[in-house]
Amino acid sequence: MQEEVIFAGFGGQGVLLIGQLVTYAGMIEGANVSWMPSYGPEMRGGTANCTVVVSSREVSSPLVVEPTSLIALNKPSLDKFTPWVKPGGLIIYNSSLIESLPERTDVRVLAVPANEVANEIGDIRIANMVALGAYLATTRAVGCNTVLDAMKKVLPERRHNLIPLNRQALARGIEIASVWHSRDQGEVSGAQ
Amino acid sequence: MGEKVLMKGNEAIAEGAILADCRHFFGYPITPQNEIPEYMSRRMPEVGGVFLQAESEVAGSNMVYGAACAGARVMTTSSSPGISLMQEAISYVAGAELPCVFVNIVRGGPGLGGIQGSQADYFQATKGGGHGDYKLIVLAPASVQELMDLTVEAFDLADMYRNPVLLLGDAILGQMMEPVVIRERAKVDLPPKTWATTGAKGRPKNVITSLSLDPAKLEEHNLSLAEKYARISNEQVRYMTYMADDAETLLVAYGTSARIAQAAIDMARERGLKVGLFRPISLWPFPYDALQLTAQGSLRVLVVEMSLGQMVEDVRLATGNSKSVHFYGRTGGMTPTPREVLNEIERIVEEGI
Amino acid sequence: MKQVFGRPETLTSVPTHYCPGCTHGIIHRLIAEVIDELGVREKTIGISPVGCAVLAYDYFNCDFVEASHGRAPAVATGIKRTLPDSVVFCYQGDGDLASIGAAEIIHAATRGEKITVIFVNNAIYGMTGGQMAPTTLPGQKTTTSPRGRNVESAGYPIRVAELLSSLSGVAYIARVSATSPANVTKAKRAVKKAFETQINGKGFSLVEFLSTCPINWGMSPLEAMKWVDDKMSVYYPLGDYTRVPEVG
Ligand SMILES: Cc1ncc(C[n+]2csc(CCOP(=O)(O)OP(=O)(O)O)c2C)c(N)n1
Ligand code: SF4
Ligand SMILES: [Mg+2]
Repeated sequence: MQEEVIFAGFGGQGVLLIGQLVTYAGMIEGANVSWMPSYGPEMRGGTANCTVVVSSREVSSPLVVEPTSLIALNKPSLDKFTPWVKPGGLIIYNSSLIESLPERTDVRVLAVPANEVANEIGDIRIANMVALGAYLATTRAVGCNTVLDAMKKVLPERRHNLIPLNRQALARGIEIASVWHSRDQGEVSGAQ
Repeated sequence: MGEKVLMKGNEAIAEGAILADCRHFFGYPITPQNEIPEYMSRRMPEVGGVFLQAESEVAGSNMVYGAACAGARVMTTSSSPGISLMQEAISYVAGAELPCVFVNIVRGGPGLGGIQGSQADYFQATKGGGHGDYKLIVLAPASVQELMDLTVEAFDLADMYRNPVLLLGDAILGQMMEPVVIRERAKVDLPPKTWATTGAKGRPKNVITSLSLDPAKLEEHNLSLAEKYARISNEQVRYMTYMADDAETLLVAYGTSARIAQAAIDMARERGLKVGLFRPISLWPFPYDALQLTAQGSLRVLVVEMSLGQMVEDVRLATGNSKSVHFYGRTGGMTPTPREVLNEIERIVEEGI
Repeated sequence: MKQVFGRPETLTSVPTHYCPGCTHGIIHRLIAEVIDELGVREKTIGISPVGCAVLAYDYFNCDFVEASHGRAPAVATGIKRTLPDSVVFCYQGDGDLASIGAAEIIHAATRGEKITVIFVNNAIYGMTGGQMAPTTLPGQKTTTSPRGRNVESAGYPIRVAELLSSLSGVAYIARVSATSPANVTKAKRAVKKAFETQINGKGFSLVEFLSTCPINWGMSPLEAMKWVDDKMSVYYPLGDYTRVPEVG
């Protein structure tokens, strides 16, 4: 198993965090992992992204140029990384902020209205978790419960009160992905 | 053995220094290594150590000079432009034989350059970036675990040989997170620092200087340094190989490029190409003999670097005229992709060069 | 006809990369307006620092040179001594000018180098992500003073205008801010005076701006403006610091 994923979005959308959660969870599950962020002045207000590798083998290159999955929370990230995704790979995009579909026919594409769902739950800041839930349900890269365990390690103690809210967001993401799976998966899977 | 924790490369260096009982840190902010001084500003007060943000790298590296004179385990960290400013102090600590640790989280140059990872400071690190006949022990980690382990070892090597040690990383290694096991530190027998300037209570005074106006004396000093460097060259050569035994094409790469090379090797092996890797870990002393031996059975050598080709010169020195030595590199903060390296492997194999 | 709100000729139309609420942009504009008004754009050479304003050369429509960290006054000296009739200005942050470049600024000032320095004091290292600056206030939290600046270990903030004002080569020096229309008007007057000092061959001139960094201070733009008025201006009083140079 080798999952190579790019999480990308605006600076404040928490893409580095969900990447770290997957990395941490992979480590807990005994996989080989690495996490590589974008950094520097371009982070201010601009876009942020991180690449995560979760693998049963030793991670050789921590840099990912042909990701198996892309989670794009805003339009600039979707535009930038869509061409990178491996044929047969997966693109999850935040349909609350992105109207047009990614221009690829050889990958699986899942639209997640992450902001709307987060707002429904009551906190826009957990849109990233909704997307993460959809990603976990689709790829099973790491277990959802392990991600919740990882959250306890990654989030500072004073923010542990947010974990139940995050769990709810993850669950909604999973739900969206399952509906999509049972409806569309059959016909698209040929692309794999 | 400790628990696995997920750490950023830069933090692993900082924590490694703490593990090695380094209690003095002087630094100046520069991307992509800011996590080190930031970590130290939090951590040093917790362990009763000193964190001081210097007014510049010139000052910071001379604070290192001072603390080393006083017998401290001391470190400073920076990135390329800052390391250039430290060359004066580096030459002085090498001349005065002071144990201390420098870290360069290399970024693209020359000049202000950029902030992405690069390996274009190899010459500066290994061939003497400052003036005079001197050598730094230069270690090149390739994972977050190695960043921590080699930082710990760097302090022991520095004390053992009374020589500055440079850890040569790059922005990718500094910024990435990987699991790290915090290992129990191996105890090493180290010579007491009888030379340190701690106050001449009950002993003749100690003087630390790199000045020597009599050229005969200075030559003598240089020759004794040379003797020490020869000893280090015998005792501290480090490298690793990957699938090198039956390799017809031998890749040579260090640090981040070694990991990219390894990914390319896996792809090449899937295609039935016999490719392997030689990874120098000590860049000085460079593993000339080991490389020559490893390369003996292969038809060709391909050096991969994140520069226009610097280590490739040492590889040519090692293999002599007996091998064709090819080079593939990206520079300015660009990173070769495994596929690019694979293409290059396929090209030279097909052309039989 | 003079356009009042148009873009000064000395500014390009390139959108700046500064964060919302950052006063670097206002300061650029004031300098550009002054250069326009003095009619010296075509003989002006600017020097940008290493700091958030490193890309100033994209925003100013005049010749520009990028210096290494802290060395702008030395680079400016080289240019001015080569082209004595040119107008040379440095644009420097607090880390650039008061930390790594402390030697260069003091010596350019004391030599009475006929250059103008615009010093942007935002009490932080903006570019590198919010580390302590030499001008960080006592108790102020930054990423390298996580418990607040402790003057016992990190020393005291440097008052650049006061410090340099003691040097005989300094012909004009003032501290201003851009937190209100009234302050902006005063600031512009100071910038103009500084450039005129240079053009009239009187000596070294410097204008210190108290500037905002909402991003690294963790404040909204409005809070940041208020912090300049309530906190920074107390430690760094605004005003003209020029002393009549003693003749030796
Ligand atoms: C020799 C060297 N050391 C360090 C750096 C990293 N660096 C870039 S900008 C900067 C400080 C910027 O702070 P300041 O001058 O206050 O400007 P601001 O960004 O706040 O406007 C530093 C330390 C560098 N580029 N070169
Ligand atoms: S980081 Fe601070 S100084 Fe730099 S542009 Fe943003 S607000 Fe301005
Ligand atoms: Mg500043």
